[in-house]
Amino acid sequence: MITLLQNFIDAVSLGSLYALTALGVGLLFGVLRLINFAHANFITIGAYAIIVPSTNAIATLYIGAWHWAVMSTAVVVIVVALAVVTEFIVFRPLRRADPPTLLVASFALAYALQYITLLIYDGRPKAVDIGSNLAEQVMVGELRIPKLEILTIAVTLALIVSLALFLKRTRYGIQIRAAAEDFRMARLLGVRANTVIAVAFALSGVLAAAVSLLFLARTGMLAPRMGLPLVLIAFVATVIGGMGSLVGAAVGGFVVGFASVVLQVVLPVEIRQFRDAFVYLLVIAILLWRPAGLIQVRAITERV
Amino acid sequence: MILDVERLEVRYGRLPAVRDISINVAAGEIVCVVGPNGAGKSTTMLAIAGELTPSRGRLLFEGGPLAGRSSEDTARLGISLVPEGRRIFGTLTVEENLRVASYIRRDRDAAAKDLESLLDRFPILKERFRSPAGRLSGGEQQILAIARGMLTRPKLMLVDEPSLGLAPKNVDLVYELLRSLREAGMTLLIVEQNLDRVMDVADRVYVMRDGRVQLSGTVVALKGSAELEAAYFGFDRGAA
Ligand SMILES: Nc1ncnc2c1ncn2[C@@H]1O[C@H](COP(=O)(O)OP(=O)(O)OP(=O)(O)O)[C@@H](O)[C@H]1O
Ligand SMILES: [Mg+2]
Repeated sequence: MITLLQNFIDAVSLGSLYALTALGVGLLFGVLRLINFAHANFITIGAYAIIVPSTNAIATLYIGAWHWAVMSTAVVVIVVALAVVTEFIVFRPLRRADPPTLLVASFALAYALQYITLLIYDGRPKAVDIGSNLAEQVMVGELRIPKLEILTIAVTLALIVSLALFLKRTRYGIQIRAAAEDFRMARLLGVRANTVIAVAFALSGVLAAAVSLLFLARTGMLAPRMGLPLVLIAFVATVIGGMGSLVGAAVGGFVVGFASVVLQVVLPVEIRQFRDAFVYLLVIAILLWRPAGLIQVRAITERV
Repeated sequence: MILDVERLEVRYGRLPAVRDISINVAAGEIVCVVGPNGAGKSTTMLAIAGELTPSRGRLLFEGGPLAGRSSEDTARLGISLVPEGRRIFGTLTVEENLRVASYIRRDRDAAAKDLESLLDRFPILKERFRSPAGRLSGGEQQILAIARGMLTRPKLMLVDEPSLGLAPKNVDLVYELLRSLREAGMTLLIVEQNLDRVMDVADRVYVMRDGRVQLSGTVVALKGSAELEAAYFGFDRGAA
């Protein structure tokens, strides 16, 4: 029973990271029909931000050494700025381009950002020490829960609730949802496309920054491709959740998190290293069962 | 003239859908555009609203050129399009649909008042205020679409086939609303297939066919004329 609960909490916390990533990806897909590969770089660069300006082989923290609240704010500001700047430089000029063109552009952007990271920091992973006190465990009865898992789950819940409130209650939130449904109609009512898209990029930046820090605290390792596996899984999560639905993206994230943990536990040791292959098998099974994803939305229409 | 459309041509790719259209609308008028399917009526409306870019001709709103203005800008200038097929935001609530439209307004208090009076006028919108607009019936959605268009407080409203697919009872309701808009000083350019309706509501009529204006004139002059029928149905109809 205790191990089961323990595994459950692991699953929720891993699922949280996937869900946050999937929401960041899903938000831009909803508004722009853009599959943003560069989201992986947003996450990676957010993590590297804590050692800026040091480029030494052995990382020294600068922003990472600040008080946690200041550090988190700084990382959020940096990633949001990055997201908004990429929208301005790369995606705004392509406003009238079709989705395949956007896809290629986001690929190119992702590669460019990755090589910039590689140029500055070379390819070797760097161990960094942030939030090492988060490794401590809290005892609840016989249950041992790492503080980091509690933090991850709490931050994720807070972000999901805030995002939902933002989308439901604020002017920009309502405009984003209207634009996601019928962008041209929204513009006919005077909604500014550029503003709505910039706000969506900023939101996806906030989500990416949170993942940067939580994931880094989990692995303790900086690597130029660290965001990629998360984003690949997030794509999977958005697909099984149902493209175009944010609820679906979050649910999909948790489903994949659960599947990973369950497989980790039930797979025989010899094939455990192939866990992700089984995760993808499961995805195929889900899609055969429900081709439109778990949460079905109206047909996805054209944007702008 | 609040709106001047001069020798407009609009293409989809290389195919012209509107070839040579001239229309004008004076402030306070209700002008109707009629014509068979594919005549280019909706295309004309979309071009005026800034969603399609004309390949030739001029568009003047209150004497100023509309060329190069996006739909975001024309909405701010005071043109509101209630498009064909309503295009309400189905996943948003009725309230949110209306809010989206009121965001461009600076006069928040007046906007709130306008909303109040709309809700009083259409209790159905009030009843369903918090439910997803996608669950409204077709007629209710059309009312919502027009209400939404009004909340931007336009000087000119373009309404594309408001009665399409509606039960007669709902069509009456929609036209009652449109008439009341005129009484409140709004200018309307309406696309409508139903000639009887048009004769009932319009001051002037344009008959469009194959991207051109076939005939235009006041309702008084055209009512019941053979000329109108001929223009509307095409000259080949008599032969058939
Ligand atoms: N998005 C589009 N792409 C290509 N061609 C189009 C497009 N929309 C309309 N057309 C073509 O342009 C012509 C005019 O279409 P439009 O929709 O303006 O006609 P309409 O008068 O509004 O007809 P209806 O009464 O059926 O609504 C038609 O031949 C139509 O096939
Ligand atoms: Mg039409």
